[in-house]
Amino acid sequence: MRLVTAIVRSAALDDIRAGLDRLGVLGMTVSEARGYGRQKGRTEVYRGAGYAVDYITKLRVEVLVDETRTEDVIRTVVEAARTGEVGDGKVWVTPVETVVRVRTGERDSEAI
Amino acid sequence: MDSGDAAWVLTSAALVMLMTPGLAFFYGGMVRAKSVLNMIMMSLGSMAVVGVLWVLYGYSIAFGQDVGGGLLGDPTEFLGLRGLIDGSAMSGSIPTIVFVAFQAMFAIITVALISGAIADRARFGPWLVFAGLWATLVYFPAAHWVFSFDDEETGYVGGWIANSLEAIDFAGGTAVHINAGAAALALALVLGRRRNWPQDPGRPHNLPFVVLGAALLWFGWFGFNAGSALAADATAGLVMVNTLVATGAAILGWLLVERIRDGHATTLGAASGIVAGLVAITPAGASVSPVGAVALGVLAGAVCALAIGLKYRLGYDDSLDVVGVHLVGGMIGTVMIGLLASEEAGGVAGLFYGGGLDLLWRQTVGALAVLAFSFVVSLLLALAIKATIGFRAKPEDEDLGVDRTEHAESAYALAGPATASRTESPGAAPSGSTDGPVIAERSSR
Repeated sequence: MRLVTAIVRSAALDDIRAGLDRLGVLGMTVSEARGYGRQKGRTEVYRGAGYAVDYITKLRVEVLVDETRTEDVIRTVVEAARTGEVGDGKVWVTPVETVVRVRTGERDSEAI
Repeated sequence: MDSGDAAWVLTSAALVMLMTPGLAFFYGGMVRAKSVLNMIMMSLGSMAVVGVLWVLYGYSIAFGQDVGGGLLGDPTEFLGLRGLIDGSAMSGSIPTIVFVAFQAMFAIITVALISGAIADRARFGPWLVFAGLWATLVYFPAAHWVFSFDDEETGYVGGWIANSLEAIDFAGGTAVHINAGAAALALALVLGRRRNWPQDPGRPHNLPFVVLGAALLWFGWFGFNAGSALAADATAGLVMVNTLVATGAAILGWLLVERIRDGHATTLGAASGIVAGLVAITPAGASVSPVGAVALGVLAGAVCALAIGLKYRLGYDDSLDVVGVHLVGGMIGTVMIGLLASEEAGGVAGLFYGGGLDLLWRQTVGALAVLAFSFVVSLLLALAIKATIGFRAKPEDEDLGVDRTEHAESAYALAGPATASRTESPGAAPSGSTDGPVIAERSSR
């Protein structure tokens, strides 16, 4: 199994979900994340005082997949999240040793 | 008695009361999430302490028979409001007890205004002590100077600014705003800068709260200003119109400065412009025409927007710009009466309406007198509190947030899993402990 983790723009979520649905990949975990990469932060001004907002809000999307589907998932996420501008995000894949479905105790591929 | 007048002043009293919780939201939204409750509590504390002192002896100091020189009313004359509760005492066309209620709210909001200067770092107990002492030694006398008018019929003698200097301050540009602003400067100097200021000036945590507070302030301010007519008449109507347009004009003035200087018109700027305009029209509401009020509002909005930058140049941490908005706005409103007063509106002409320099001089003396008195006494009071019980939170408490260390609360527990369970002994943990003293964090497994 693999864990595909994607850091993407908030606006990309609906397209990613629709793409994965079409692939038949069910289930994802979404959380808000803050960080920085090549995209510059922005400045906000309150009563004339400037504040550099260096950590930009993104979404972290995590999907557990069987290794045979990894490339399909990566391609789907990347296509859905790409605008071509700096700040589209990143996708990485990590190996997963074991997966257990809590309700049934099923393991690994059956649990995904 | 005129029941129409009494009804309007009673209504206005309730409107002015709402300004202080409104201020709590206005200030609370501007501080960090970790000290919003403390900010709110400083306003609530002012309502508690000053309201009680007002009926005990505050009203008497402000509106008792003058004890000499127009400086102070007799504190014992109306001690505990004696002589005022059987309904026979009248103030003009309204029962005096109605006037007592209306003026009580002014004392409360004036003290609460000061708290914006010491956000994020003051201890609550010493603030309550300061609130009570400041009301007693500074506000009640200043209210006597400004709001207490002689009455030849009854032989009543009032305060020196109202009767000897004859400066115009309709609803409290001097006694409320210059007074609170000067005290705020003194407190900011005595307590010192917040940690990491000015590198981190503290980004406002909830701008909708700020706007909610500004809206409540504006609403209540119609009672503050138009209620100060002490009658349901045309003067109250003019003041209400002026309180509307001066404030709108001040928003425009503030936003124009922001657009040119910073590039964008901001929500915080609009909310701040509201307060700047309200402050400036407070003394002038019954003396200027609505067109004069627009001019005054634009000026106040623009100048206050520039004045709030002073603290960075001069190095004092007036956290929420009480000096830049209330002291500066109050000075503008009070002094500009000397230029903009129109005979048609208030019966007295300023310089621009052919009245010469006389009024301008009186206005300036009145404004500077309250400024100097308030600053000096506030400075001494704050230094005395600092030297005895201490005023400021410990550095580590300031880092954790004064909500947690002063009140053992956090403002926001919105989403997320339960992280707190009930404890049987709320007071058991040592105060000032760096861990949450009251709430036992449930350990994650």
